[in-house]
Amino acid sequence: MLNLPILPILIALPLVGLAFVLLSPEGDDFAKESKKSAIWTSSSTFLLSLYLPINFDKSIPHFQFVNTFSWFNSDNLRFSLGVDGLSMPFVILSTFLILLCIIFIYPQNKKNMKMYLASFLLLESFLIGAFSAIDLFSFYVFFESILIPMYLLIGFWGGERRIYSAYKFFLYTFLGSVLMLVAIIFLYQEFGTISIPKLLDTTLPFYLQVWLWLAFFSSFAVKIPMWPFHTWLPDAHVEAPTEGSVILAGILLKLGGYGFIRFNLSLLPDASIFFTPFIYFLSVVAIIYTSFIALVQEDMKKLIAYSSVAHMGFVTLGIFSANIQGLHGAVIQMISHGLISAALFFCIGSIYNRFHTKQIAYFGGLNSKLPKLSILFLIFTLGSIGFPGTSGFVGEFLTLLAAYSKNTIVAFISAFGVILAASYMLILYKKVFLGITNENLKTKVNDLSIFELIVYVKLTFLILLIGIKPDIILDFTTSSLDRITKFYPISIF
Amino acid sequence: MFLLSIFLPLSSFLFCITLNKRLKDEYICISSSFILIFSSICAFLSFLNLETNQDQAIVLSNWINSGSFSVDWSVQYNLLSSSMVLMVNFVSTLIHIYSVGYMVKDDRKVIFMGYLGLFTFFMLFLVSSSNLLQLFLGWEGVGLTSYLLIGFWYKKNQANVAAIKAFVVNRVGDFGLILALFATFIVFGTLNINEILLLLESQNTTRVEFLGFQFHSITLIVVLIFIGCMGKSAQFGLHVWLPDAMEGPTPVSALIHAATMVTAGVFLLIILSPLIEESSQISRSIILIIGTITCIFASSVAIFQNDIKRIIAYSTCSQLGYMFMAIGVSAYSVAYFHLLSHAFFKALLFLGAGSIIHSMSDEQNIKKMGGLYNKIPLTYITMLIGSFSLMGLPFLSGYYSKDLIIEFIYLGQSNIKIYAYIISIVSVLFTTIYSVRLLIYVFHRENRSDEKVFAHIHESPLIMILPLTILSIFAIFFGMLMNSYFAGESLFKVWGEFMFINNDINDEYTIGNVPILVKKSPLFAIIFGIFICFLIYFTFKEYSQALKKRLMILVNFFENKLYIDEIYNFIFVKTSFYLGKGFWKSIDTDLIDNLGPNGISRLVGSFGKVVSRFQSGYLYHYVLSVVVGLTLFLSIYIYIL
Repeated sequence: MLNLPILPILIALPLVGLAFVLLSPEGDDFAKESKKSAIWTSSSTFLLSLYLPINFDKSIPHFQFVNTFSWFNSDNLRFSLGVDGLSMPFVILSTFLILLCIIFIYPQNKKNMKMYLASFLLLESFLIGAFSAIDLFSFYVFFESILIPMYLLIGFWGGERRIYSAYKFFLYTFLGSVLMLVAIIFLYQEFGTISIPKLLDTTLPFYLQVWLWLAFFSSFAVKIPMWPFHTWLPDAHVEAPTEGSVILAGILLKLGGYGFIRFNLSLLPDASIFFTPFIYFLSVVAIIYTSFIALVQEDMKKLIAYSSVAHMGFVTLGIFSANIQGLHGAVIQMISHGLISAALFFCIGSIYNRFHTKQIAYFGGLNSKLPKLSILFLIFTLGSIGFPGTSGFVGEFLTLLAAYSKNTIVAFISAFGVILAASYMLILYKKVFLGITNENLKTKVNDLSIFELIVYVKLTFLILLIGIKPDIILDFTTSSLDRITKFYPISIF
Repeated sequence: MFLLSIFLPLSSFLFCITLNKRLKDEYICISSSFILIFSSICAFLSFLNLETNQDQAIVLSNWINSGSFSVDWSVQYNLLSSSMVLMVNFVSTLIHIYSVGYMVKDDRKVIFMGYLGLFTFFMLFLVSSSNLLQLFLGWEGVGLTSYLLIGFWYKKNQANVAAIKAFVVNRVGDFGLILALFATFIVFGTLNINEILLLLESQNTTRVEFLGFQFHSITLIVVLIFIGCMGKSAQFGLHVWLPDAMEGPTPVSALIHAATMVTAGVFLLIILSPLIEESSQISRSIILIIGTITCIFASSVAIFQNDIKRIIAYSTCSQLGYMFMAIGVSAYSVAYFHLLSHAFFKALLFLGAGSIIHSMSDEQNIKKMGGLYNKIPLTYITMLIGSFSLMGLPFLSGYYSKDLIIEFIYLGQSNIKIYAYIISIVSVLFTTIYSVRLLIYVFHRENRSDEKVFAHIHESPLIMILPLTILSIFAIFFGMLMNSYFAGESLFKVWGEFMFINNDINDEYTIGNVPILVKKSPLFAIIFGIFICFLIYFTFKEYSQALKKRLMILVNFFENKLYIDEIYNFIFVKTSFYLGKGFWKSIDTDLIDNLGPNGISRLVGSFGKVVSRFQSGYLYHYVLSVVVGLTLFLSIYIYIL
C-alpha cells in the first residue's frame, strides 16, 4: 500500500486548482478556461478522496491516515489530520457535492464567474479540513473559515435581500462559535493538549462538562440548525444562489451533527445524558413545528429549507439516543439528507434558471414542459418523505427506532412528522408539476441539459443505492461508532 | 421460479419506462401484458410445485445491519404466500389485458402499463415478504403506486387532490404500523415473521411501556398493527380515501382498490394470526367492532350514492368489514377465503363498470343511464354474475365465503358476537338493495342520457370482454370448488402450519351445529332485499319519491357520507394550515427573529446611540467622567484592601 499523505493532498489540491482558476486568461465571456480548471480540480479531488474508503481499515475504530505538522513551534499545539469511520463519509460527501456543483455551474453564465468558482474550491478545501482535523485548534480554524466563502456566496451572488441574509447567517453562526472557542481554550488550559484522540481518553468532572457542553452546543445547534436557532436558514437559502444552497444544506448543516457526535457525545458523555431530555424536546419541536410551517410556504426554497430543519431534528434525536442504531441512523440521515436536499435544490435551480422565480403560485402543470425533471423531482420527493427503498427511510427508521427504545412518547410525536412530510412535499409537487399548465409557463424552455442530467442521475443512483444497501456506509462507521457507545454511560431514560 | 413470478412485473415496469416513445405504444402495452402472463404461469407452476407444509425463506441479500438490528431482503415461499402471489398475478394479468383495450385512446398508456407493473411488483413483494420491514416497503410501495395511478390524469385537480388524500390517509395508517415495528423489535428483538411467531410463548406475559402507560406487549403490537391495516384496508375512520380514489382510471380501481391492495391489511393480520391469538380479548374485540361498524356504515352509504364507481367502492369497504369481522372471531381461514373470492367478483364488478363507462362515453352517474341491457348484453351478463356473487346468491362464490363468515360469527366465542351477527345480516340486506338498485338504474329503467351518448352506446371490444368472461367463471365456480379447503374437516391439514386455526369453532361447524334458521338467514335477507327494491322502484314509484322527500334530512345525511369528510377537513386540514401560518408568522418572524438576531442588532444600535451621547465634545463633560471614574476606582481599590 502506498503511504500517501492523502489528507494534506486533498486539502491542498483545491487550493492549487484555485490558483489555476484565478490565473486563467481574461477576456472570454463564459470564463471557459477557469471552468475547465475547476472541473479538473474538483473531479481529481473527488477521485483522490476515493483513496480513503479503498484503503480504509474497517475494523479499526481509531483515526487513520494521520498526519501531523508542528505549529507555533510547540509540541502541544500540533496541526493534525486524520479520519475515522465517522468523518470519512463526510469527506467523500463534500468532494462529491462540490464536483456536482461545478458540473451544474458549467453551462451557466454569472457575473464574476472566476470568483464564484474560486469560492467553491476554497470551500472544498476548508470542508475537507474541518472534517479531517483531529485537533481542536485546526478544527476551529477550518470550521470558522468556511464562513468566509459562504458569506461571500450569499452576500455577493445572492438574491434581493442578500445583505440582510448574509449578515444574519454570519451573526448567528459566529456568535455560537465564539463560545466554542472559549471551551477549546479552556480544554487546552486544563489538559495541555488539543489533540482529539488524547482528549477522548480523559474524563472531566460533571459540572465542567455541563458548561463545556453548553459552549459546544451553542455552536453546533446553530449550525445544524436546531429549533429555535434555525431562523437564519430559510433566509440564507432563499437568497443564496442554487449551488450555494446545495452546499449549505448538503454539507454545512452536517458539520453541526458531526460536531455533536465528535465533541458533545464523545468528549462530554455525562453532560450529554444530563441534557438528553432537553435535546429530545428541541428535536420533537423542530420536527413538528417546522413541518407545519413548511405546509404554508410560498417559496419553494423556503419550503425545502424548513423541511431540512425537520430532517435534522431526526438527526439530533438519533445522536442523543446514543445507541448504535441511533448513531447509524443519524449518519445515514445526514448523508441521505445531503444527497436529497442537494438534489431538490438543484431541481429548484433548474426551474429558476428557466423561469426566474421560485414562487410556488407562479407554477402549475410544469410536467408537460419538463417531463424528465418532473419524474426526477418525484423520486427526490419520495426520498425526502422517507419512502422505503430510498436512503431517507433508513435514516428515519433507525433514528426513530433508537428514540423509541429510549422514550416512546418522543418517538410517537416525531413519527407524526412522517405524515406531515408526506403532506407538504406532495402538495408542493402537485402545485408545481401537476394540474393544467399555468398561463405563465407558455414560453418555450429547453429540456434538461446533459450537465443537469449527469448531476441528477448520479444523485438518484446514490439515493436508491444507499436505500437498498445502506451497508456500504454503515460498514465503515460501525467500529468507530461502537467505540462511542461502549464508553457511553448507561442512561436513565 | 417463485422469484421470477415476483420480479417479472418489476421488469415490465422498467421495460415500459425505458422504451416509452422508442417503440410503438401498442407493442409495448401488449408485450407488458405478455410479461405478466408469463409471470402468472411462473406463479402457477411454483404453486403446483409446492410440497405439503413446505415453508422456505429465500434470502437475497442483507439490507440493514445495525448492532442487534438486522434485516434481510428475503421472500417466504409457502402455501399462503404462493397462493396469494398466484391470485395477485392472475388478477393483475387480466387487468393488464383489459387495460390494453380500455386505455387505447390515452397517449400516456405506456406509462400507465408501467405503473400497473410496478404496483403488481410491490404487492407481490408485500405478500411474499418474510420480515415486517420488507413488508413495510411493499406496504408503502402499493400506497405510492396507488397515489401515482389515482392521480394518473394529472390535469384533473380532483384526481390530484384524491391522490394526495389517499397517500396521506394511508400514511396515518403506516404511522401505526411503524410504531408496531418498533414495539415488535423492542419486545422480540427481531422483525422476521417466523422468528416472532416462534418467540410468542416466551413473551406472552411481558408488559411494555408505551406513552407512559404499561401495556401487555402483544396486545399493544396487535392494536398498532391494526391501525396500519385500517388505513390500508379502508376501515371506518380511515376509509375516507377509498371513495375519492375512484378518480383514477377504472382498471386501477379494479386492481388496487378492490382485488389486491385494500386486502393487504387483512392478509397481514392472517399471517400474524398466532400473534393475535396470543393478545388479549380486547384487541380482537376492537377488530370485530371496527369491522362491524365499517360493514354496516359502508353498505348503508352505498345505497345513497349515484356514482357507479363510488357505489362499488363503498361495497368494497363493507366487504372488507366482513373480513375483519371474521378475523375478530378468530376465523382466519374464512377471512382468507372471502379475500380470494371477493378479489374475483369485485374485480369483475369494477371491470364491468369500466365497460359500462366506456360504452357510455365516460358517464359515471347511474341516474343518467338506463335501459342498457340489450345494448351491451355481454357486459350486462357479467355485471349480473358479479352482483349476484356479491349479494351471495346460492352457489356463487360470494355465497360460500360470506355465509361462512356469518356462520363463524355465530359460532364464535366473542361476547359481542350476537350484535355482530345481527348487523352482518342487516348488511346483507343493504348489500342486496344497493346491488339491485345499481342494476335497475343502469340496465332496466328508461334511458336518461343525452341523445348523442345514447346513439354512441356500443359493446366493448373483445380484449375487454375476455377478462370479464374469465373473471365471471371464477366468480361463479371458485367458491363451489374451494370451500372445503377453508372450513371443515380438511382445514387444519391444509392451513394448520401457516395460520392459526380455531379448532373449537371449526369442529362445531363440521358437526353442523349451526341452526337451520341461522344458515338460511342471509338468504332470507337477500330475498327480502330484492322484494323491497321491486316495491320501491316498480310497484310504488310515486310513494317512494314522496317518502324520500319526507326523510330528506336522513337522505342528505347518507348522501354526504355522514359528513365525515367535512369533519376531517375542519379538524385536521384547516387546523394544520392555521397552525403552520401561526407558527411561521408569529413565532418564527415575530418572536424568535425579533428577540434573536434583529433584537441583538437593534440592541447594539441603541447601545451605540446611548454611548455616543457621552462623546459630546465639551471639556467639562469629559472632566466630569474622569472624576467620577477615578472616585469609583479608588473606592473599589480601598474597599478591597
